Amino acid sequence: MYDIAGYYEVDTVSEAAALLAENPKFRLIAGGTDVLIKMHGGQLEDVELLSLRKIKALERIRKAEDGTISIGAMATFSQVFEDPILREMIPILTEAAISMGGPQIRNIATIGGNVCNGATSADSASSLFALNAQLKLEDQQGERLVPIREFYLGPGKVALKPGEILTEILISPDDYQGFGGQYIKFAMREAMDIATLAVSVICKLQGKTFAQVRIGLGVAGPTPLRCLEAEAYAKGKEISTATVAEIGKLAVKSAKARTSWRASKEYREHLVEELVQRALKTAIVNAGGEELV
Amino acid sequence: MFKRIAFSVNGKAFNFEVDIRESLLGLLRNRLGYTGAKKGCGVGECGACSVLIDGVPFDSCIYLAVWADGKEITTIEGVASKSGELSDVQKAYVEEGAVQCGFCTPGLVLTTTALTESGEDYTRDELKRELSGHLCRCTGYQSIIKAAEKSLEGHICTCVDSPHYKQQQEKK
Repeated sequence: MYDIAGYYEVDTVSEAAALLAENPKFRLIAGGTDVLIKMHGGQLEDVELLSLRKIKALERIRKAEDGTISIGAMATFSQVFEDPILREMIPILTEAAISMGGPQIRNIATIGGNVCNGATSADSASSLFALNAQLKLEDQQGERLVPIREFYLGPGKVALKPGEILTEILISPDDYQGFGGQYIKFAMREAMDIATLAVSVICKLQGKTFAQVRIGLGVAGPTPLRCLEAEAYAKGKEISTATVAEIGKLAVKSAKARTSWRASKEYREHLVEELVQRALKTAIVNAGGEELV
Repeated sequence: MFKRIAFSVNGKAFNFEVDIRESLLGLLRNRLGYTGAKKGCGVGECGACSVLIDGVPFDSCIYLAVWADGKEITTIEGVASKSGELSDVQKAYVEEGAVQCGFCTPGLVLTTTALTESGEDYTRDELKRELSGHLCRCTGYQSIIKAAEKSLEGHICTCVDSPHYKQQQEKK
C-alpha cells in the first residue's frame, strides 16, 4: 500500500486551484510515474494527493490560429507522440516523447508531470528548451507565463509557487516555423532507460549561412540547459563542417557535466561535442540545407 | 480513507469501496483473486503487472485502484474463451515456445493482444518497441518476438520495399 493520507480529485482547473489554495500541503498527482515511485522508495510519506486526472481540458493539444502550439499539461507521452500536429510541426518533441520509458509508462506519464518533476534527465526537456517553450502556471489569483529556462531552478526544483498548477505548454510560431531539428537520446538501452545525455538541436538557414541555431541539452548539468555561446557563434556563419565542429566544441563550454554512476564528466563532455555535431548535421538537412560530407 | 468505485474485470461488473492507498495490482490480486497479474519490480519497469485498461496496456502496480473508476479492465484470466480454449495470441506463444518461467508471459500476451486488436500494421522495429516495456529475465526474447509476429500475421512488415515501411520512413 502506498503511504497516502488523503486523496481528492476535481474536474476543473479552478476547483483544483481553490483546493490547493486552501491546502498548500496537497501534492499534485498527474500520471503518478514519479510521485508513486517516490512513495515506493520512501522519499515521500504520508501525503495528501490532489489528482488532476479528471480534468479533461488539460489533455488537449492544439494549434491556435496565430500558429501557437498549446500542449495541455495532462497530455500523455503517447498522446504527444501520436499527435499529427506535433509530428509535423515539432518532431524533435515527438521523438523525445517516444524515447521515454516503455509503452505502458508513455500511456500514463504526462508531459506536465515530466517538466514539474524538475529532473535534468526529463526526456521532454531538451526539446522544450530548444523550442523556447513557455509554461502557463495558474493559481486562484490568475495565471502567468514563465519561459522554461527560468522554470528549472536546480535538481528537482522548479519555479512553481505554492498554489500554482502547470496547465499548458506553449510554443510560439517564431520558435518553430522555418526550423529543422533533430533529437538524440544517448542511453545504454533503447527503451526503459534514463538518458546519459540528451541533445535537441534546431536551426534555421539563410542561403549558405546559419540564421539561427538553438541547442538544448539534458543531463549535461544540474538542470536542462541551452548552449548560448555556441548559438551566438553560429549566427551568420557559413554552413560547413568546420563551423559545425566549432559549434560542437563551444557547446561543451555551456555544459556543466558531472560524474555519476551512469557516465563520467569527461565522457559526457565528449558526448556533448560529438552529438551536438551529429544532431546539427541532420537538422541542417531537415531545415532544407545540403548534407555536409 | 475509502472511495466507492465501479469498474469491470473481464466483463464482470464490480462496485465497491477501495482503499485510496491501494494499487490496482493489489486490488486485483489480493481482493479479487486475479493473480495472473504478477508483482515484479513494483515501480513500473518490468511490465509483469500489465493489464489492459479500456484496451490499452498499463502497469497496474503504479496505477491507483481509485483510478479504475468507470474502466473496463482485462487481465490474463479474461483472454481465453469461457470454454477454456486459448486465444490465438496464447496459442502463438505456446507454439513458439515463448514461455519459460512464465512470469512475464501474462503481460506480454496482454500487450500483444492489444496490438492485434488495434488492427494496425507494425514493422519489426515498431513491434519490438511496443514490447519493450516487458522484461523477460529468462531472456527468451527471440521466441517472444516470433510469437508476437505470428499473432500479428498479415500486419507485420518485414520487407523494406513494402509501402508500409516506406510510409513509416517518410513519417520520420
